[in-house]
Amino acid sequence: MARASSLLYLDGVSVSFDGFKALNELSLTIAPGEMRAIIGPNGAGKTTMMDVITGKTRPDSGDVYFDGAVDLTGEDEASIAELGIGRKFQKPTVFESHTVWDNLELALKAPREPFATLFHVIANGEKKRIESLLDLIRLGNKRHELAANLSHGQKQWLEIGMLLAQDPKLLLVDEPAAGMTDAETAETADLLKDIAKDHSVVVVEHDMAFVRSLGVKVTVLHEGSVLAEGSLDHVSADERVVEVYLGR
Amino acid sequence: MMSSFLFRAMDARAGIFLAILGAAIILVPASNLLVPENSPFHVPTYAVTLMGKYLTYALLALAVDLVWGYCGILSLGHAAFFALGGYAMGMYLMRQIGTRGVYGDPILPDFMVFLNWQDLPWYWSGFDMFWFAAVMILLVPGALAFIFGWFAFRSRVTGVYLSIITQALTYALLLAFFRNDMGFGGNNGLTDFKDILGFDIQADTTRAGLFAASGLALVVCFLICRAVTRSKLGKVLVAVRDAESRTRFLGYRVEHYKLFVWTLSAMMAGIAGALYVPQVGIINPGEFAPANSIEVVIWVAVGGRGTLVGAVLGAVLVNFAKTWFTAALPDIWLFALGGLFVVVTLFLPKGIVGTISGGWTALRQRKISSDYEKGSDEPPSTPPQSPSAPANIIHCEPVARFPGTTKPQPAE
Repeated sequence: MARASSLLYLDGVSVSFDGFKALNELSLTIAPGEMRAIIGPNGAGKTTMMDVITGKTRPDSGDVYFDGAVDLTGEDEASIAELGIGRKFQKPTVFESHTVWDNLELALKAPREPFATLFHVIANGEKKRIESLLDLIRLGNKRHELAANLSHGQKQWLEIGMLLAQDPKLLLVDEPAAGMTDAETAETADLLKDIAKDHSVVVVEHDMAFVRSLGVKVTVLHEGSVLAEGSLDHVSADERVVEVYLGR
Repeated sequence: MMSSFLFRAMDARAGIFLAILGAAIILVPASNLLVPENSPFHVPTYAVTLMGKYLTYALLALAVDLVWGYCGILSLGHAAFFALGGYAMGMYLMRQIGTRGVYGDPILPDFMVFLNWQDLPWYWSGFDMFWFAAVMILLVPGALAFIFGWFAFRSRVTGVYLSIITQALTYALLLAFFRNDMGFGGNNGLTDFKDILGFDIQADTTRAGLFAASGLALVVCFLICRAVTRSKLGKVLVAVRDAESRTRFLGYRVEHYKLFVWTLSAMMAGIAGALYVPQVGIINPGEFAPANSIEVVIWVAVGGRGTLVGAVLGAVLVNFAKTWFTAALPDIWLFALGGLFVVVTLFLPKGIVGTISGGWTALRQRKISSDYEKGSDEPPSTPPQSPSAPANIIHCEPVARFPGTTKPQPAE
């Protein structure tokens, strides 16, 4: 796909840490509105790829473009978040000494500069938005609970809620189903499919059943580059993918 | 916008604290000046000055708590900003001496005459005017903090590394101010002050006035800190303290937030130093000693990190103990201070105020739970406070805003 019509465009991206090539000439394109699952064995470079997109790690070489025109390699984490890329971490990271409500309020799309937040007064529209997010992530009755007191699954959901509160164009979701029960995993898949209706989503996941239930195009990473791409059935029929997953 | 900003600063707890402070500001000077000396209610002048000194320490503790308790920046060099504010005030007081100095030079302070200096250095000009000194009291510590913070926070120096650099900062200033060539009186510092704003600095009324001024400065800074920490900016600060990189990925430019709160805190420390100097009558490089900054951190830890009232309480209590110990058992004070820090860290990690307020929340929670067990239909709705929560962020406040969700329903 051409760069101009893509939402996220990675071309020949390489990153190495002390000689170890975490990403090796990785090229990947996400179309606007697309939902993509990324799988791969440990050390395939999934998290490093997220780090490059969100500005945490600078690539040694290669191009990273957002929205067809914005070069992400020159931006830092905060400005990339402002551009409209939200990220959920593998380990749920919420603000533990804030309430569920405050967590969402902090994530809500609003001016991010110190003097804007110093004099910020929460508007009715913002309250409504938080209310609807609380309904969506089913934490309405926990709104005044400290995030530290939530269960693991609830924290995952709160973080997804915070991601939505940012109203990003692209959501990067790292292992959303990790540590969840089967029922919670199924609900999370439904939630993500719901979100994908009006956002572009990149999901990194180990759980094959979960990826299958998403029913989207899959990219397999291996040793820092793309090994195979296509439907889950297509890639799981690929011999190289089987070899990588089952080991040599 | 502004009114809601100020309104946020007030609630019952702050009200009680401010009422006590307000009473002290009025009663202590009154019982010094108005009550006859033989009355048991008379407060001697030395005690007024001593308590005034405690108040300036409390303000310094407040400044440290703002950056450490709320934003997680452990500063081990805040005495530097305190001392710079003190030096700015000291320079004003030196210029007020005029011909009353030992050498009687109308312009040059005694130590410059002694060093055979012919002219006043350029950086001493303007300090004969109080307004200029007052601006410098805010500007010099603020500018140093801004420049230091700009480089440190932009390079993402955090945690123990930042603490070590702040120690180095205050130590470097200590060495610099010891040099006679710096033009700040070297080893001896600035002293032998005569008057401030035309009032005799030794007079009882001036002492009482300085006490009241220290109290007022504490009140104003307390309200500013309170408004800041309860605003959305305050929530971002706590978010930075707990999960800095997560805050970045939400789009907040963490270094700007740190720089704001760091500079604000340094300016408050500068005010504290400026009020301290006329009350103790001297400022010398010893105020930059790294140990001083560490002591401030102990005050805050004892009172309750992340609670503004705790910082003030800790500073007053520890310094009261210090005054008593250094008079009664001077040899063991440092051991007592060290022991206190160890005991607080081990048994009261949230400090006095944090522990009391945490205990109160737990008690209330227990009562709600036991009521629930007895068959009342009220579900236990208020969660126990997490150990990582700052004690003065109250989580049960907006109950009325969302009726039917957390509000206990009356039993049928």
